[in-house]
Amino acid sequence: MNWYAIRAIYHFEMARTRRTLLQSIVSPVISTSLYFVVFGAAIGSRIPQIGEVSYGAFLVPGLIMLSLLTQSVSNASFGIYFPRFSGTIYELLSAPVSYFEAVLAYVGAAATKSVIVGLIILATAALFVPFSIAHPFWMILFLLLTSVTFSLIGFIIGIWADNFEKLQLVPLLIITPLTFLGDSFYSIDMLPPFWQTVSLFNPVVYLVSGFRWSFYGIADVGVAVSLVMTLLFLAVAMAVVAWIFKTGYRLKN
Amino acid sequence: MQPIISISALSKTYAGGFQALKGIDLDIRQGEIFALLGPNGAGKTTLIGTICGIVRPSAGRVRVGGHDIISEYRAARSMIGLVPQELTTDAFESVWGTVSFSRGLFGKAPNPAHIEKVLRELSLWDKRNNKIITLSGGMKRRLLIAKALSHEPQVLFLDEPTAGVDVELRRDMWALVRRLRESGVTVILTTHYIEEAEEMADRIGVINKGEIVLVEEKAELMRKLGKKQLTLHLDAPLAEIPGRLADYGLELAGGGGQLVYTYDDARGDRASILKLLEDLAAAGIAFKDLQTSQSSLEDIFVSLVKDSR
Repeated sequence: MNWYAIRAIYHFEMARTRRTLLQSIVSPVISTSLYFVVFGAAIGSRIPQIGEVSYGAFLVPGLIMLSLLTQSVSNASFGIYFPRFSGTIYELLSAPVSYFEAVLAYVGAAATKSVIVGLIILATAALFVPFSIAHPFWMILFLLLTSVTFSLIGFIIGIWADNFEKLQLVPLLIITPLTFLGDSFYSIDMLPPFWQTVSLFNPVVYLVSGFRWSFYGIADVGVAVSLVMTLLFLAVAMAVVAWIFKTGYRLKN
Repeated sequence: MQPIISISALSKTYAGGFQALKGIDLDIRQGEIFALLGPNGAGKTTLIGTICGIVRPSAGRVRVGGHDIISEYRAARSMIGLVPQELTTDAFESVWGTVSFSRGLFGKAPNPAHIEKVLRELSLWDKRNNKIITLSGGMKRRLLIAKALSHEPQVLFLDEPTAGVDVELRRDMWALVRRLRESGVTVILTTHYIEEAEEMADRIGVINKGEIVLVEEKAELMRKLGKKQLTLHLDAPLAEIPGRLADYGLELAGGGGQLVYTYDDARGDRASILKLLEDLAAAGIAFKDLQTSQSSLEDIFVSLVKDSR
């Protein structure tokens, strides 16, 4: 293993976060705080409890997951797209770095940033609503698995995109709608039966449901199903990344 | 001695069907400066990119230091430093940060003393804390060299190293390349500046349309292909060359006021100059001045590329 290379890429990516602190950390915290103010306080006060959890507390796992998904995708996609755009990718391609090491470094950095944002939002949420974490181990596990999976998806988008518009296309048109319709702001029990069935085709439902279970012990789908689905998404994302490197898709002529 | 780079039957056909390299065979000797010349689109950058791992070869084999670039890519790539043609750098990273990053990327432990040495060598030490975006074009070019040297490579590829740099910086780079060669680094450079190859290279390779047209010692190439000319400025213009001088292959120029004699040292033509002057005197042709000239590498290159079309 070329640990020095992994460390170099990881530090480079984390340094980029420090240089863009407002965009990387402060921005998602502010937008999540606004969600708490609008949905938690203004609208949430008119919504009855969901199970035994207040609506404000119910929102916490969903909002963390919302930020986690968008941050993972945007961090990882930008991390690999920008060297391709600027041409500095030549250095990575000509270095004695294996594909696995490159992914480990880029995805590791993107996932780290997302987890940091997630934990900051968790701390921010505590300022707005009281909540508890019933299963801390599972909470951390879902946090890590989700951030790694969506960082891998972001990595794939960063390789696939050949302009900045495409870089934003998948997060804006697919990830964000799926997250909003994926159990973040409501329980799928609140939907008519038809839409409950439709929701089960939304992968984000399983992520949010499992994550919420780790907080309050309540879930729309069984926690085991959530875990299996999360691992399945991870495996699919890893398979696509492996294919990209094997074929050199959009990386090598 | 085993070549440091050995290329055999290397071909590259891009997805669109364009064949950029056509069965290249080439050995690069350890410690030499090898200049790869060729017109635009000849395959120079594709060849370098393939050796460095950026371009996937379609067929053939490349070994660097005895290591196959595919099956032993780590060992092969660790030996190589690449300075690309384009000024591709990060904008907001510091000079020190980006050079240290390159060293790490190539699997070397941090070595601030070496980074300092490289930056001082390239007159970038005073700029070590500056963001790259604040550097001039010439400084960015030097920075790319510093990045390529950060991991102490044994082979350095310079793809058009002095494109767009001023004369002073160009000469500084030539001096640096010579120092690198003295320290045992093998340097392969591509250039459009024939003067650059003529000034620095030990051997010259010419590539055209994906094929190596010629590989030769520079001095030998100049000797073999370099034509010399003797131009005599006549006292009185000639309408035609006298028949008794027909064997010399003389040409009239300057409206008949100049007589041009093309000769080849390698064929021992120089000895015939004295005979020519005697014959001119015997024919009553006087001259007031004479000059000799030698074809440059550029003339040779143009001639080679033209012949290979």
